[in-house]
Amino acid sequence: MSFLKTCAASTALVLALAGGALAETTVRVAYDADPVSLDPYEQLSGGTLQLNHMVFDPLVRWTQDLEFEPRLATSWEQVNDTTVRFTLRQGVKFHSGNEMTAEDFAWTFERIRNSDDFKGIFTPFSGLEVVDDYTIDLKTTAPYPLVLHTATYLFAMDSAFYTGQTEDGKDKAEIVKHGDSFASRNMSGTGPFTVTAREQGVKVEFERFDGYWDTESDGNVDHIVLTPIKEDPTRVAALLSGDVDFIAPVPPTDLQRIEDAEGVDLITMPGTRVITFQMNEDRVEAFKDPKVRQAIDFAVNNTGIVDRIMRGFGTVAAQASPAGYAGHIDDLAPRYDVARAKELMAEAGYAEGFSITMMAPNNRYVNDDKIAQAVASMLSQINITVDLQTLPKAQYWPAFDERAADMMMIGWHSDTEDSANFHQFLTACPDADTGNGQYNSGNYCNEKADELMKAANNEVDPAKRTAMLQELEQILYDEAAFIPLHFQDLAWGAKSNMNAGEIVNALDFPYFGDLVVSEE
Amino acid sequence: MFAYLVKRVLQAIAVMLAISLIGFAIQGNLGDPLRELVGQSVSEETRQQLREQLGLNDPFLVQYTRFLGNALQGDLGTSYFFKEPALDVILKKLPATLELVFGATLLIVGLSVPLGVFTAIRPNAILSRIIMAVSIVGISIPVFLTAILMIYLFSVELGWAPSFGRGETVHVIGYWDTNFLTADGWAHIVMPSIALSSIMLPMFIRLIRAEMLEVLQSEYVRFAKAKGIAPWRIYFVHALKNTLLPVITVGGVQIGTMVAYTILTETVFSWPGMGAMFLEAVNRVDTPLIVAYLIVVGFIFVVTNTIVDLIYGLANPTVKLARMGA
Repeated sequence: MSFLKTCAASTALVLALAGGALAETTVRVAYDADPVSLDPYEQLSGGTLQLNHMVFDPLVRWTQDLEFEPRLATSWEQVNDTTVRFTLRQGVKFHSGNEMTAEDFAWTFERIRNSDDFKGIFTPFSGLEVVDDYTIDLKTTAPYPLVLHTATYLFAMDSAFYTGQTEDGKDKAEIVKHGDSFASRNMSGTGPFTVTAREQGVKVEFERFDGYWDTESDGNVDHIVLTPIKEDPTRVAALLSGDVDFIAPVPPTDLQRIEDAEGVDLITMPGTRVITFQMNEDRVEAFKDPKVRQAIDFAVNNTGIVDRIMRGFGTVAAQASPAGYAGHIDDLAPRYDVARAKELMAEAGYAEGFSITMMAPNNRYVNDDKIAQAVASMLSQINITVDLQTLPKAQYWPAFDERAADMMMIGWHSDTEDSANFHQFLTACPDADTGNGQYNSGNYCNEKADELMKAANNEVDPAKRTAMLQELEQILYDEAAFIPLHFQDLAWGAKSNMNAGEIVNALDFPYFGDLVVSEE
Repeated sequence: MFAYLVKRVLQAIAVMLAISLIGFAIQGNLGDPLRELVGQSVSEETRQQLREQLGLNDPFLVQYTRFLGNALQGDLGTSYFFKEPALDVILKKLPATLELVFGATLLIVGLSVPLGVFTAIRPNAILSRIIMAVSIVGISIPVFLTAILMIYLFSVELGWAPSFGRGETVHVIGYWDTNFLTADGWAHIVMPSIALSSIMLPMFIRLIRAEMLEVLQSEYVRFAKAKGIAPWRIYFVHALKNTLLPVITVGGVQIGTMVAYTILTETVFSWPGMGAMFLEAVNRVDTPLIVAYLIVVGFIFVVTNTIVDLIYGLANPTVKLARMGA
């Protein structure tokens, strides 16, 4: 009897296993673009980071609430002002079978130093020291508050795999921007997926790594097929017709359609990319007067833009920092009052107004050209005549670099997810040596603000640092250093059984390794 | 014949030289490739170094001479995005585009002749009126709109056809994977082919109809009728043959134009051919790929027109190639 029971039990087990093996879960994902390269440090872009989170693991990563979550680091502590010590996870295997140790992080860190795109983020760091096989110290030249922020960019590369020479004598470690390299075609990381096939611009196929260290993750996806579908309507149609399971981004015009569709979920989240206008003080004398800049801010109805042009698909901005960032001030309200704007213009001596030129891209941000047209017509209410030109992004950026118009649009996302980054690139006094104000087409310059940024970048006490960044944000608001419009929302569309809401985040790289697909 | 071909080859070279010069001249206005190559926060200094490495800072003539020198050895430059020789990228994408053009051509040839002849010999039938009405609509709606409407109707609402891509293909030889050997492949190619033919097909129906109506008025048709020859023989052997001459001329030019329409069709259907690739290359400011594409398409134009001239000679023996070449 007991023998029979055992037999029956083992037969059931075999059947269950066989059934499990048959029911492999494949998820078909459609994005608007596919990664440029398989090299994790060739190009700093959303596509690369998305890929990195699938094939590699960082020391720590962001959660949905913008907190840090341990990945390859299990814990960390501030050893002294300029050193943070990370304890690494043990028993982690690369896809090649090699064991991950501290040496791999040291090797990766050195490689990042040669990456044109990523080295900027790591500038404050003096080095990565190996303490023992599973302990590393990240050292900075001065006290630096964003060590963990930066650690989200530190993905362990398989140093043994990427060391040596290819058959044609090239260094396997080299980073090549425009041309072939070993790392742009081969990968070995510790992440949940390996790339099994790739046809650039057509598809990338992933398979779950059976030796993945994170056995606590409930992720149950065996295969992912990532297809770039450029055209918005086609991408939406592909989801609605069931040809794909998960799409991003969802264009604002189709939000309602996806929300109403059966068996499909729309997931939205406030994003962290702020859309702004800058006023060039070198080109227009009037823009030097804070009153004129404030008048423009009062004249622009950014709430109306979000409601009507963005169809609610955005969060109205009064400042550069989105909610959740250290410098964000809850009390700052968007300014809109045309009467007040006219008063300010009169006080500044420009009641009769003046004429300016304006430029904006027409295919870079969501509805960018329509927003620019709306702003131009709003400014006519305070007698500022705008000559608007909108350009495709390929032509817009060279024009932006030349500061070719009096008012120019720019959207910015902080690579470090930190407030100081906005000021550094958008509103700091332009300085070719430090690279500060690289995208400050307004030439706004305030020594006090720059000092606050510098101090904040060396302040490790979170409370003090927050106070500094908020003071900085307040100055920019009071002086109307730029015109904040809104933060672009993010949107994903997925079949309901994807439970996609669990894996998305404001950084716009869903953690597919943790995706749990339930039975339909 | 031989002299004619030599002359055609020389013409082709001149055309492609002109295209390469134009392509090169406009690339400065397409935008800055560095923007697409590096992240937003990369310093100006690093950008300059990369520009120097890529040779983008050299004077126009230096860049163009370098390009011509390489082109003579079959190297049209390396795509920034694909990191492969631009010509290889295009040749890999070419079969997908040619299959799509072939699918559309099948539809056009297979449908335009019977429909065109029918509307000519039964101009007042209800079916003829419907065909003419629909063909006007087909000509008037832009290809991308037709394509999107088809996707929403047949993929989303009815679920009859897949919405994008090439589906399952079978490897034939070299870079050529074909759609025509699997059911899934057929399912994927039908809608893009119809969309691509949506402008040409009505145009050819109308063209054949107009020519046919004219021929049917001619003396020899009336004579043949009087002689008692079977109507189908009059229509399809005697009349149609004389109708086809202008159709072939226009058709040759139009097949070249169809390559241009593939840009829109492929983009909407995410068809992995060289049309969609070209539009993306423009967006990415991938200048080597853009210039290479223009040269390849120029080459295709020259080749198709040469073939059309040859066929023309076959269809109408009174046309002598030697004279055309002279």
